[in-house]
Amino acid sequence: MKPGAVPDLAVGLGVVVLGVLAAWLTWVIPVTPVYAVVGPKLVPAVIAAALVVLGLMLTAAALRGGWSADLPEVAEAGPPNLVALAWLGGGMVLNLVLIEPLGFSIAAAIQFVCTARAFGSASILRDAAIALAVSLAAFFLFVEALGVNIGAGLLEGAILRLLGQEVP
Amino acid sequence: MDSLSGLALGFGNAFSLVNLAWALLGCFLGTAVGVLPGIGPALTIALLLPITFSVNATGAFILFCGVFYGAMYGGSTTSILLNTPGESGSIITALEGAKMARNGRAGPALATSAIGSFVAGTVGTLGIAFLGPVIVEWALVLGPAEYFTLMVLCFVTVSAVLGSSALRGLTSLFFGLLLGLVGIDLQTGQPRLTFGVPELLDGVNVVLVAVALFAVGEALYMAWHHHAGKQEVLEVGRLMLSKEDLKRSFWPWMRGAGLGFPFGVLPAGGTEMPTMLSYYAERKLVDPKYAPEFGTTGAIEGVAGPEAANNAAAAGILVPMLTLGIPTSATAAIMLSAFQSYGINPGPLLFTQQAELVWTLIASLFIANVMLVVLNLPLVGLWVRILKIPVPQLYAGILVFATIGTYGISNSVIDLVILYTLGVVAMFMRRFDFPVAPVVIGMILGPMAEQALRQALTISQGDWTVFVTRPGSAIILGLAVVALVGPKLYGAWSARRA
Repeated sequence: MKPGAVPDLAVGLGVVVLGVLAAWLTWVIPVTPVYAVVGPKLVPAVIAAALVVLGLMLTAAALRGGWSADLPEVAEAGPPNLVALAWLGGGMVLNLVLIEPLGFSIAAAIQFVCTARAFGSASILRDAAIALAVSLAAFFLFVEALGVNIGAGLLEGAILRLLGQEVP
Repeated sequence: MDSLSGLALGFGNAFSLVNLAWALLGCFLGTAVGVLPGIGPALTIALLLPITFSVNATGAFILFCGVFYGAMYGGSTTSILLNTPGESGSIITALEGAKMARNGRAGPALATSAIGSFVAGTVGTLGIAFLGPVIVEWALVLGPAEYFTLMVLCFVTVSAVLGSSALRGLTSLFFGLLLGLVGIDLQTGQPRLTFGVPELLDGVNVVLVAVALFAVGEALYMAWHHHAGKQEVLEVGRLMLSKEDLKRSFWPWMRGAGLGFPFGVLPAGGTEMPTMLSYYAERKLVDPKYAPEFGTTGAIEGVAGPEAANNAAAAGILVPMLTLGIPTSATAAIMLSAFQSYGINPGPLLFTQQAELVWTLIASLFIANVMLVVLNLPLVGLWVRILKIPVPQLYAGILVFATIGTYGISNSVIDLVILYTLGVVAMFMRRFDFPVAPVVIGMILGPMAEQALRQALTISQGDWTVFVTRPGSAIILGLAVVALVGPKLYGAWSARRA
């Protein structure tokens, strides 16, 4: 097997695993008390079976040498930039952790700074200022214009109070 | 209602101040997202879906269609000035367009693509107005069996025929179908594929999936491959078309429009194929005097034709969406889910039950086309400035908006976890060349196909042969089989002859 085909093999096997998972999830669908020509399990079963078959075919394609190593986009790309990915992923995790305690704008601003850093921006303060402006604008757009409440956090609550409005 | 009186009604409504404002906003946003690399119309409409809570259906769809048309215009600007296609329909435009720009002819390239987009957009919209009611007449006789097979045909064409590999396209499709199953089965009330998580009983939100696939996955993939370096935006120069340019552009516009519209209407979806065909056609048909310009200094025919094909195909995509309720592109699939959130079922009855909405929408498409030429030609300087937004802040902004859009729907951190997880999946899909559009189409069309299957079998009292004994569905099913195995058989046959 060509060395470039190893990731493809993982993808093929991954699709097989997804198909098996789908089959198991189909298996545990409760039996319906309602009579139906097509019960709740038929279509999921067909999809699970198709995913297993497609996964096996992808695996076979990988064993024959794979496909992705020959793509121009992959062949021309340099080594993966793990530092950038780590910054981006870190920003996502921080956002997930902070969005409930600190509120949406602060969490989004931190994520913005991390993401911009991932793509090589060095000016943290400027990025933070842009991020706060963008996320606060989005927050008020959601709350005021669309009437969708996305939960005021520390910063949003403070601003709403400054404006003399109720904090939703 | 016939087309002319429909259009009269539609224009009467579309010229209201509110509807004009929605059209302008849509065109503006659409051009902006078309220009910006990394975001496209599907993502934008997905992020705008929350407005369906507070805006009436007509306004919302005028906005969405403005975005859809606008992105087709805007994409060409990026292709020409940056040599990076802003969206998939503009990949071909970059071939000749960027070469023209490098040789100081960016102005004529932008002008021919904007005017070509206008010509083709208008031809395509006329196509919707006059072909739509005809298809509706014909579609009224379709039963659930025909609908089911039509959806199967659509599945096959969007996943197996378009794109580089049928195997990977079908894998994407079935992944989407699997996502579409999550939640309560509407007919029997059983929860399916929910892992016992109550948040999943309502199903996976389509906004979440679209945002994950088109924004988060894209940002992750770009970071993975990010290397320092600056992209150069080429100078625009004078925007005029000389008499000669006009003469050379005219027939490519017409041929492009004629090629693009039918491709959009067929459940083959996508704008890539007609743009590619138009490019090859123009290359063949070009005056021998100009033939050396192809691939060297950039030939205007190679910009005019594909750009027209691209816009006409975009208009064509709206035909099966409005008349049959069958989306053939990711953007159309998301618009379909917007119809569903209004409780409107697109399909043949749409033209009668929601005549006012449909005709106002079609009239607005004509108006949007005029607005877009104005926005894209005199205001090209503005879009060039948008192109200069630095990459770090652009992707940071995209990710933050993606998060807002998702968190805004449900206030749920679980949704954000699903968003980022699917984003990582989408990154790997990009890396291993799995198309993402079939995921969205499978997810939205899958439950509708299951419903049609059930209805068909209930009518036939459980007799599965109904799909081959009814002539309509048998023919459509036959087409699907040909589309699936035809290319393979043809390949084997021609290999054997050689």
